[in-house]
Amino acid sequence: MSNFNSADIAAFKDVWVFCEQREGKLMPTDFELISKGRDLADELGVNLCGLLLGGEGIESAAKELGGYGADKVLVCESPLLAVYNTDAYAKVICDVIEDLKPEAFLIGATNIGRDLAPRCAARLHTGLCADCTHLDIDVANYIQFLRESSTLDVDSQKWDMEDRNLKMTRPAFGGHLMATIICPRFRPCMATVRPGVMKKNAFDQAKADACEIVKPAFELSESDLNTEVVEVVKAAKKLVDLIGADYIVSVGRGISKDVEGGIKLAEELADVLGGVVGGSRATIDSGWLSADHQVGQTGKTVHPKVYIALGISGAIQHKAGMQDSECIIAVNKNDTAPIFEIADYGICGDLFKVTPLLIEAIKAAKAAK
Amino acid sequence: MKIIVCVKQVPDTSGKVAVNPDGTLNRASMQTITNPDDMNAVEAALKLKDATGCKVMVVTMGPPPAAGMLRELMAMGADEAVLVSAREFGGSDTYATSQILAAAISTIGVEDDDIVMCGRQAIDGDTAQVGPQIAEKLHLPQVTYAADIQKDGDTITVKRMLEDGYMTIKVKTPCLITCIKELNNPRYMSIGGIYATYNKPLETFDYEKLKDHPLIDATTIGLKGSPTNIFKSFTPPQKGAGMMLEGADKATCEKLADILAKKHII
Repeated sequence: MSNFNSADIAAFKDVWVFCEQREGKLMPTDFELISKGRDLADELGVNLCGLLLGGEGIESAAKELGGYGADKVLVCESPLLAVYNTDAYAKVICDVIEDLKPEAFLIGATNIGRDLAPRCAARLHTGLCADCTHLDIDVANYIQFLRESSTLDVDSQKWDMEDRNLKMTRPAFGGHLMATIICPRFRPCMATVRPGVMKKNAFDQAKADACEIVKPAFELSESDLNTEVVEVVKAAKKLVDLIGADYIVSVGRGISKDVEGGIKLAEELADVLGGVVGGSRATIDSGWLSADHQVGQTGKTVHPKVYIALGISGAIQHKAGMQDSECIIAVNKNDTAPIFEIADYGICGDLFKVTPLLIEAIKAAKAAK
Repeated sequence: MKIIVCVKQVPDTSGKVAVNPDGTLNRASMQTITNPDDMNAVEAALKLKDATGCKVMVVTMGPPPAAGMLRELMAMGADEAVLVSAREFGGSDTYATSQILAAAISTIGVEDDDIVMCGRQAIDGDTAQVGPQIAEKLHLPQVTYAADIQKDGDTITVKRMLEDGYMTIKVKTPCLITCIKELNNPRYMSIGGIYATYNKPLETFDYEKLKDHPLIDATTIGLKGSPTNIFKSFTPPQKGAGMMLEGADKATCEKLADILAKKHII
């Protein structure tokens, strides 16, 4: 049992990125991971390859990945790969990896990536680090990262500057701790990467044109599939999933002078961020929002990446439901409102004036990324 | 027919979390709970038990005190429990953990009409890896992120959530399903259940019991058998005091958006 192909570390090279597609369209995480993968491949002095699985004709989407930094895209086409299926994808990916041996393999931590990656890592007998928010090869870069993002005293520690392991950093215990994970004895070293964290490179048409398309041989038949996807349904209406939301824009009593207008502004801001609308108890008790929107002791406890409180004073019962949010932004007319005591960023002003400006500013900032 | 539910006792990260000066977690300061997604898996199993009369077994890997959690789950309605516990299993990463749990589950035995259920992910690590890795080791088909489960004979239909919608997936038993919060509301222990729980079987699988299983090998379990290692662990810098931005005009909002973009918050 101790002889795994994955332990022959020297046989593995190149950085690969799994490029997820839904309905034939590449996902935004693909470009983020290709961009990050480019840095890692440069640090290692190896090629960066995208791995794209899909139905007949998916090849036409591949070149775009070159524009963000892929030297090569490995394209696997089959009608059985058009829609994601764990068995089909895991088989093709593991077979191609065992054949071509990449040393690092990045996968977006989407609901599909998080289904696929552990299955593959278990089959390949290698390590997998989930939901990474930071990746390094070069030790000097890693030390610099620790200087900026940790309380560790890096100067008092011994470092092996020649270390070429992929250093995968991720939050644990609800973000109370950070851990850097390595996979020193097996290859490929696998990581799923949290969507939206890695910065996307600028698109370069010349690089896209130069990107090489390779079609590796693989075998796949109906009998390899043990599950059947009956249908794929896109959510027609935004469901209010406060618990799972990364961005929440909540409104409070401050919208009372124009309830409809206030809610509409919150919805617009939530749409720009890709989030949902919540409300304080006052907004639910007054019947302005339905009960599934309520944040607080008697509503839902949330810890999104960003919680924006519009016209919420910050009663204890509300704070109890949202104070563990990673970043809290408060807009309130009253500069002594308790919400400002726990807000990372506060703006003292009229939410009806500030919110439209904030929507424009965030749109502009996102467009510039 | 039986349903084997994998559960984990975790520190309650929703409350106050204390960190030791050396950057490790002060576990003694934290309460332990049954991992929330696992509670949804147990409830899903109990619902199938209500409908079909099947047996529900709960399995956990952890230190001996985790037996208390198993008693609680039997008070909810589970019929039997297995505690997988040995010093040799300590320090396992997700790969090694799934190797050990798969060995335990195959020792219990997976019949043609059985289902293995897990929570999507545990709140201490948030990896969502152990479920699919158990499925791989047991050669079972998997369906993750289940928000609805319907059983008709040997066919299970699962509503599998995506970020932007869902898939409807059909799978035949035996299979492994990972469950999310949207699936159900876990029931409480009943008075009768609490009385009954201490008469229900709780077996411990130690190293002796599992060591001859083909999946168990010094190179695949515990700290030494784990493919991944912790290179460093650290605490993020303390949250600074909040920042009141000056003014409430266009420039203020642009400044805020700029900070959020630079910190990759948006």
